[in-house]
Amino acid sequence: MSVAGAASSVAAQEAAQATTGGYRPESEEELAGIIRAAGREGRPLRVIGGGTRDIGHPVTGTPLRMGALSGIRLHEPGALTLVVGAGTPLAEVEAALAAEGQRLPFEPWDGRALHGTGGTPTIGGVVAVNASGPRRVAVGACRDSLIGLRFVDGTGEVVRSGGRVMKNVTGLDLVRLLCGSHGTLGVLTEVAFKVLPAPATTVTLAFDGLTEAQALAAMTLALGTPCEVTGAAHVPKGIGDGPVTLLRIEGFASQVEYRAERLSAALANWGTPRLVEGEGDWPAIRDVRPFAGREGDVWRFSVKPSDGPALAASLRRIAPGAEVIHDWGGGLVWALVPEHTYGREALRGMAGHATLVRASPAVKARMGVFHPQPAPLARIEAGLRARFDPGGVLNPGRMGGRADMGKAV
Amino acid sequence: MEMPIADARIMARKAAIVRRLSAALPGEAVIDDPAELRAYECDALTAYACPPLAVVLPRSTAEVAAVMRICHEEGVPVVPRGAGTSLAGGSLPTADSVVIGVARLTEVLEIDYANRFIRVQAGRTNLAVTGAVEAEGWFYAPDPSSQLACAIAGNIGMNSGGAHCLKYGVTTNNLLGVTMVLVDGTVVEIGGPNPDAAGYDLLGVVCGSEGQLGVVTEATLRILPKPEGARPILMGFASNEVAGACVADIIREGLLPVAIEFMDRPCIETCEAFAKAGYPEVEALLIVEVEGSEAEIAEQMAKIRAIAERHDPDALRESGSEEESALIWKGRKAAFGAMGQIADYICLDGTIPVSELPFVLRRIGELAEDYGLRVANVFHAGDGNLHPLILFDANKPGDLQKAEALGADILRLCVEAGGCLTGEHGVGVEKRDLMTVQFTPADLEAQMRVKDVFDPHWLLNPAKVFPLEASAGRRGAAA
Repeated sequence: MSVAGAASSVAAQEAAQATTGGYRPESEEELAGIIRAAGREGRPLRVIGGGTRDIGHPVTGTPLRMGALSGIRLHEPGALTLVVGAGTPLAEVEAALAAEGQRLPFEPWDGRALHGTGGTPTIGGVVAVNASGPRRVAVGACRDSLIGLRFVDGTGEVVRSGGRVMKNVTGLDLVRLLCGSHGTLGVLTEVAFKVLPAPATTVTLAFDGLTEAQALAAMTLALGTPCEVTGAAHVPKGIGDGPVTLLRIEGFASQVEYRAERLSAALANWGTPRLVEGEGDWPAIRDVRPFAGREGDVWRFSVKPSDGPALAASLRRIAPGAEVIHDWGGGLVWALVPEHTYGREALRGMAGHATLVRASPAVKARMGVFHPQPAPLARIEAGLRARFDPGGVLNPGRMGGRADMGKAV
Repeated sequence: MEMPIADARIMARKAAIVRRLSAALPGEAVIDDPAELRAYECDALTAYACPPLAVVLPRSTAEVAAVMRICHEEGVPVVPRGAGTSLAGGSLPTADSVVIGVARLTEVLEIDYANRFIRVQAGRTNLAVTGAVEAEGWFYAPDPSSQLACAIAGNIGMNSGGAHCLKYGVTTNNLLGVTMVLVDGTVVEIGGPNPDAAGYDLLGVVCGSEGQLGVVTEATLRILPKPEGARPILMGFASNEVAGACVADIIREGLLPVAIEFMDRPCIETCEAFAKAGYPEVEALLIVEVEGSEAEIAEQMAKIRAIAERHDPDALRESGSEEESALIWKGRKAAFGAMGQIADYICLDGTIPVSELPFVLRRIGELAEDYGLRVANVFHAGDGNLHPLILFDANKPGDLQKAEALGADILRLCVEAGGCLTGEHGVGVEKRDLMTVQFTPADLEAQMRVKDVFDPHWLLNPAKVFPLEASAGRRGAAA
């Protein structure tokens, strides 16, 4: 069986369970009771938002489905703030914002294509994995827009951090600690965001046929102008045709027109770009669709942008036939490699880290999904886990703590 | 305000501790003379002062690590200090503590325009970070009012903001990585030049942690290309309500100004008397600034003017030149100095949902009347950060206490209105005992658990952030 097939069959199983059996708390209090009972009985829980993002090591535990803690609690368009139940479908959040001409700034990616999952992505799932798309290069990640949350920790205590205001330095920042913690420190019940106006106009400058080095130079130059580029990606194999480099500008019509002209002039060395109006190929890049449904393992690298081409070359040396997508101006590299390729090896000597986003459970177990941390940081992370979830009931093992080939790096 | 009783056993060992520190840090890097220690007895919250046991001024991460190892072995509390500009008493020493000042850690370590970051030692001032890159057309976005003096270390400690954070975010949104010394002297790197760090977002936890988790010695900061131009417009309205409605309309229209500053009547009058910026006599004043090319600015300004016209402005003055822009900002920037001319003042730093502004201002007015004190309000209206300035007379017995009590009431009001105790100054000692207004015991417990992991014996920046009562068990057990 192909790896993509193996991964998606596990995911399909999870998705099937996602609608049957397990818990589906209707309130924060009920959730707290479930977690306390699980702690008493030493019975692990597997936290499920929409079950669409199969990131991390498989978890054995009673499904804990968050879909009932749903609904928009507060949307103040004039204050750019949104408070929403963690189990709310992402689509519902996006529709409510769109109705007021606003959006989540960080363009969360949808895991369904890459992971071959069904189901409905939830906003809590987005926060749990800090899912951030191409616009991250301009406006930051999910964790940058997140201004508050409520969660239930592993002892069944309800905890609140942050709030509904965008400037807040009251106490230690648990908002960011929980964001991207994959449900291992607490179960999210409510999340609050700073949102942004959706622009009137979007234009993408598309350059065809550039090499990775040329593309990186073009993206770097563009991001060094005051044109506020909100997407900078390079797909060496293209989306359909040959290599394509994409630079996105958003704003009101005359602003976008001016910036497109200015950028085209600045980038004249790389040819005359095609101008594409609207969302274009960005959803495909955001959701890593070029790798969807294809055999092989998928790695995600976070690197210094200028290291992107060297990383890609290194990957191709390790695994001939490796395919990459460069996003975030080069700082994010998605790689599709043959099954069992230890992609992390390609990082040797570079700053950054690698996550094994899609692979069979066996490959994940062998290679470790998340990048191994230096010992002092690993101790801190283990200490946080031990204090927020002393009984080890919240997604135990999701973020690792197993055999990891990465120790060799 | 109460501080824990200093540990007499530590103070009795002062000479031995200073000897060890001096051996580790050669060349005038350890201060233990009582007269010289007075310079470090407080920060910009001058109402509280206490000279420390000693002050060290290390020149490298390795020296900070050496000091931390010694203090850890000796069980001595450590107070990290940036430039000492904290308005919340964030670096107020205790008599048994060693202050680690980063004043000598000011170097630029690396500038990388292609990867859009700068790496600096943490004692460098905020403005000097921009200073290192502006000739090439770049800047560092967070711009606290104290940016000429304040250090990046303190900016990270307090997650500082500034007038432009509606568009550019605060420190945590512009911080890529830190080098930090843990309480036992271990040096760790969190984050770096790549977009995000592996594992839990420890960088996010460290930013704004007020020196509770470690001592940051180096920082990797995101830099941005400077906008082509910027222009402010001044708008006067008949009431706070109308000005607040105008702000909401500007934001709903999809405009994202870099700054929306609000001043109420007491503030306008005082600033005008002091700075002669030509401010109109109105109830509420907005300064809205937009950025971009000339054409972009013109288009945004036209939209903003159209929105303002719907609210019957009493004054509308768009800047037509560099000089006019400077004049529009002059009054606002002089606000604190102007207040200082007419009275002593306490500067508060609550945050409220923008929609609650009219209610909160009305209630502040009522509270001020009850206390018989005057309050002027400056507000970063785009992001909800309210700075009420409580005017009082330090020479009048009981007036400071009255002003502090009013301040506490105003901050409680901010929390009740859906906001928080501090937007950018931090909790420090100033708001420590108000934390229970905003947080439940479980909320505080969760935060203190994070500190337990980083600082098991509670030696870092004692008596800040957490109410003494809430942390008593932990501090007692650690002693």
